[in-house]
Amino acid sequence: MNADNNLYQLYQSIELENVILSYKGEFTSELLTALIHILEAKMEELGTDFRVRKRVFNVIIECFQNLYHHIDFYDFRNEKLEVRKPALIIVKYKDGDFIVNTGNYVMTKDVPKLEKRLSFINTLNKNELRELYLEQLNKGKISSQGNAGLGLIEIARKTKEKLIYNFVKKDSKISFFSLKVVVGN
Amino acid sequence: MQEIKLEGSPKTPSVHFDPETGVLELKGRSIPENALDFFHPLNEWLEEYKNNPKKETVVELRLEYFNTSSSKCILDFLRKLEKINGNNTDVKVNWYYEKDDEDMLEAGEDYKAIVDLSFSFVEVDEI
Repeated sequence: MNADNNLYQLYQSIELENVILSYKGEFTSELLTALIHILEAKMEELGTDFRVRKRVFNVIIECFQNLYHHIDFYDFRNEKLEVRKPALIIVKYKDGDFIVNTGNYVMTKDVPKLEKRLSFINTLNKNELRELYLEQLNKGKISSQGNAGLGLIEIARKTKEKLIYNFVKKDSKISFFSLKVVVGN
Repeated sequence: MQEIKLEGSPKTPSVHFDPETGVLELKGRSIPENALDFFHPLNEWLEEYKNNPKKETVVELRLEYFNTSSSKCILDFLRKLEKINGNNTDVKVNWYYEKDDEDMLEAGEDYKAIVDLSFSFVEVDEI
């Protein structure tokens, strides 16, 4: 009986929070296609404006690929670590806005650099973000993994608000990074 | 020289590069994790095409949306075209965007600001 009650509580909180999509697990290349497919159907149902739809996809694609590349990197460097780090993605829909939340582990030693980058991006207005994007596009190098260093700038360009983020230090090796992005008209 | 004809996939655009007409078309979405793998053969094709190009080379970019990895590769592709332009061929880029899609129009304008090529912006109802 307890198990059933817990599931009911989980169901209710998902409903209350207007969650339209959630996934926790390992991020694979095929998963992105599946998530986009589900979101496309949901947005069709909601009658979402195609510009908002595209922006949400852009944000999801970049968030996802940050996670995907990160996991690759992490495994490569930490083969011996016993835990494989899954990631979490939750998309909520509220008052016409889509709220994309992602959560994943990052290496604690990388937190200051990432935090600095996020807070710098948050100081920029839309025009400055466009300039930074152009500069990075024009001069930046693409890694052999296909990473162009543009992901966070692109996410910031599509969001209505500033990037909302948080780090929770688990231990000296790993921390949990959460990112929230609001997309709407 | 062979044409390139690729069907679109959930993550990559359809491609039709025709050496007989000089029309190079990319259509659909481009969101592969590593766009380098996808664009590499297209750049290789250009290397061969430049030796014997058509008088006019028309690049038709009909993109629905693309990721930042592709964004960098599209720039590199346009840079290659920039070098070819004027050497026995005139390169023209047609950048398509859906009506009211300011983001896609802006993305095209961004490229126009970086590369020295003739761009036309074409508004369509649907990509």
